[in-house]
Amino acid sequence: MNKKYKGKKITMAHGSGGKASSDLITDIFVNTFNNEYLAIMEDQARFDMPTGRLALTTDSFVVSPLFFNGGNIGKLAITGTVNDLAMSGAKPLYLTCGLILEEGLPIETLDKIIKSMQKTAEEAGVKVVCGDTKVVEKGSADQIFINTAGVGVIAEGVEIHSSSACVGDKIIVNGYIGDHGATIMQSRAELAITADIDSDCQVLNHLVQKMLSVSDNIHSLRDATRGGVATVLNEIAADSKVCISVREDSLPIRVPTRGVCEILGLDPLYLANEGTLVCVVKAADADKVLEAMKKTKEGKNACIIGEVIDGPEGVVALNTLFGGNKIIDKLIGDQLPRIC
Amino acid sequence: MKYVDEFRDPKQAKKILKEIDKLCSEIKLKEDRPIQIMEVCGGHTHSIFRYGLNQLLPKKLEFVHGPGCPVCVLPRSVVDNCIRIAEHDDVIFTTFGDAMRVPGSTNSLLDVKAEGGDIRMVYSPLDALTIAQKNPDKRVVFFGLGFETTMPSTALSIMQAKKQGVDNFYLFCNHITIIPTIKAVLDSPGMRIDGFLGPGHVSLIIGTQPYNFIADDYHKPLVAAGFEPLDILQSVWMILKQLKNGEAIIENQYSRLVHEKGNESALSPIQEVFELREFFEWRGLGSINHSGIKVNDKYRAFDAEVEFKLKEVTVTDPDVCQCGEVLKGVLKPWQCKVFGKECTPEKPLGALMVSTEGACSAQYSYGQNIDLINKKNNE
Repeated sequence: MNKKYKGKKITMAHGSGGKASSDLITDIFVNTFNNEYLAIMEDQARFDMPTGRLALTTDSFVVSPLFFNGGNIGKLAITGTVNDLAMSGAKPLYLTCGLILEEGLPIETLDKIIKSMQKTAEEAGVKVVCGDTKVVEKGSADQIFINTAGVGVIAEGVEIHSSSACVGDKIIVNGYIGDHGATIMQSRAELAITADIDSDCQVLNHLVQKMLSVSDNIHSLRDATRGGVATVLNEIAADSKVCISVREDSLPIRVPTRGVCEILGLDPLYLANEGTLVCVVKAADADKVLEAMKKTKEGKNACIIGEVIDGPEGVVALNTLFGGNKIIDKLIGDQLPRIC
Repeated sequence: MKYVDEFRDPKQAKKILKEIDKLCSEIKLKEDRPIQIMEVCGGHTHSIFRYGLNQLLPKKLEFVHGPGCPVCVLPRSVVDNCIRIAEHDDVIFTTFGDAMRVPGSTNSLLDVKAEGGDIRMVYSPLDALTIAQKNPDKRVVFFGLGFETTMPSTALSIMQAKKQGVDNFYLFCNHITIIPTIKAVLDSPGMRIDGFLGPGHVSLIIGTQPYNFIADDYHKPLVAAGFEPLDILQSVWMILKQLKNGEAIIENQYSRLVHEKGNESALSPIQEVFELREFFEWRGLGSINHSGIKVNDKYRAFDAEVEFKLKEVTVTDPDVCQCGEVLKGVLKPWQCKVFGKECTPEKPLGALMVSTEGACSAQYSYGQNIDLINKKNNE
C-alpha cells in the first residue's frame, strides 16, 4: 500500500469524485485489480464474450466481523459471486465491484480487503473489470458493504437446474458442512467461545468444471450459503417436486462445528457455508463424479449424503442415527438459539 | 465427539428399544388406551423429535409433551410488558433468542426490533450486565425466563450488579418454578399421565427430593432424565419397569449430574434474590398459584417491574385455543380446532405452536409426512 495512506481513514472526500476519490481509485483499486479493462478508467468495461449462453448474477456482502478465520468480506465477495455463476455450470469471466464505505474506515483495512479480493479472483481465474465507490456518513453503514456482479458463459449442452432432480438421483456434498456459520458465530466476541474452525470460504468453479468433465448427468447444483444445506435441499425438493432423504450418519460435520452447535443449540444443516456445494446427480454417474471431486482440493472430503426418493413432494427428511425420520423443514426466519 | 457420541450409540439404543417393547407388552392398564409418559421439559421434547425417538417406540407408548418449554408458556401479557419496556428510547432490552418470536397481544419482540427497538439477543444474563456497564447512559433490561435451570445465572448477575454498583441494569423477572406446575398437571381433571420423565437440568439445581410428593401422594413414577437419546430411552425403560411392577418411586437416571439434594451453590443465589409470586398466569394453563418468581425487596432497585411501573395485566388466551387439553395429554395436537388452520408456526395463536419444541409446532413441522417416508424407507 502507498505509504501516504498509513494510519489514514476514509473521509467523505474519498466519495466526492474529486482528487481524493481518483487517488484512492488508482492507488487501491486499479493498481490491485490490475487489468486492462479496468485500467482504461471509463464509465464501463468493454470486452468480447465467447459464444454460448451467458449467466449473470449479483450479490451483496455485509458480514460482521470483517475478518474471520479462513476469510474476510473481500474473499467472500468474490467466492459468493463466482460460486453463484458456477452453479449453473458457467465458466465465470468478469466481475464488478461496488463498495459502500463508512466514513472512518481505516484505509489499510480497505486495502487488505481489496488485496484479498484480487487474490481470490486470481484463484478463480476471473477479472474485476469495473467498480463504484460511495462513502456514507459514520453510522449509516457498518464499515464496508460490498456488492459484486458477475458474468460467465455456459458451454453448449450444459443444463443444470434446481427443478431437474429425479427420483433415484444421489445427493453429494463436496466437504464439511456448517464451518462458515460456526466460524462467524464463534468470532463474534460476545459469545466467548473458542473453537478451532476455519470458514470453508473458497471458489468452486474449477471443481464444477471437473465434475462436468466426467458426467453429463449432473441435474442440480447449489452452493449452500445462507440457510445452509437444509435450505438448499428444500429448494431443490420443492422446485423438482420430489422428496429428498438424507442420512444423518453420512453428514460430514467437523467435531468443533458440532461442538459449537451443541453449545448454542443450533443445527449445522442450517448453518451458512461459503464453499460448499450440493450436487444432485444421476445414480449411475454418482461414483464417477465423487471420484473426480475427491481428486480436487475443494472436493477432497466429498461424500454422498442421501438420495431423491419417491415420497411426498417438496419434503426433505433426515434418517436419524437411530433409524427414525425427521422432517428438515424450511426455516421460519433466522435460527434462534434455544434457552435451555 | 467425546462424552456425546457415547450417549447416541444406535446399537445400545436398539437393545433398550427391544426391552421397552417387551415391557410394553407386559403392562396391563385398566382402560384400553396407550401408556402415556409426560416429558415435562421442552429439552426432552426437542431431543425426542431431533432423533425421531417417538417413531421408534411401540405404538402402545405415547409421549405427552409437557408444560416445560418456558418460551411456550409465556403469557401474552408478559410479552406485552416486554414490548412496553423495549419501546422506551433509553432502553436496551436483552433476551434469550427464542423469546423473540413469541407473540403478544398484537406483535412480538422481533416486530419491535424491526421497528427500531434496541432489542439484543444474549446467551447469558452476564452478557446483559456487560452491555449495561458499556452503556451507562442507557437502562439495560434483561428478560429473565425459564425454570430453575436459568434462575441461578439470573440471580448471580443481579448480585454481581449490586456488588459492582451498576445502577442501570434491571431484571424483568418471569422465571417459573417446576413443582407447582407438575402439581397443576396432576390436579387437572381428565389427567391420564402414567409416569413422568423428570426435567434433567431443573433437577440438577433442585435435586430429586422435591418430586417425592408425585410418588407419595399421586402414586406416579418419575425418573429424572438426561437429554441424550440413550438417556431418554433408559429413563422410559425405568418408568415402564415401575409400571410393570406396580411401583411408583422417584428415580434418577441422570446421576452423572443430578444429586438427590441438588446443587447448593446454585440454590443459594436463588434464595438470596427471589421470592414466590402469589399467582402467575401461564399461556395455555391459566393461573397457577405460587408458580412464578419475582425479585425480592432487598434487590428492588434492580426490578424492572418497579422501575417501569408495570401493572400485572391478564390477557387471556384466544377462546379457540385448546393448548391446556393438549398439555395435559387429553387432546392430541391435531385434534385441536385451530391446529394447522388459524394456528401455524408462522402465525401461532396458542402456546404450543410458538417454539420449535412446542408440541403443536413439532407435530406441524415433523408429523405430517413422516409416516409416508417411514413406509418408503422400509420398502
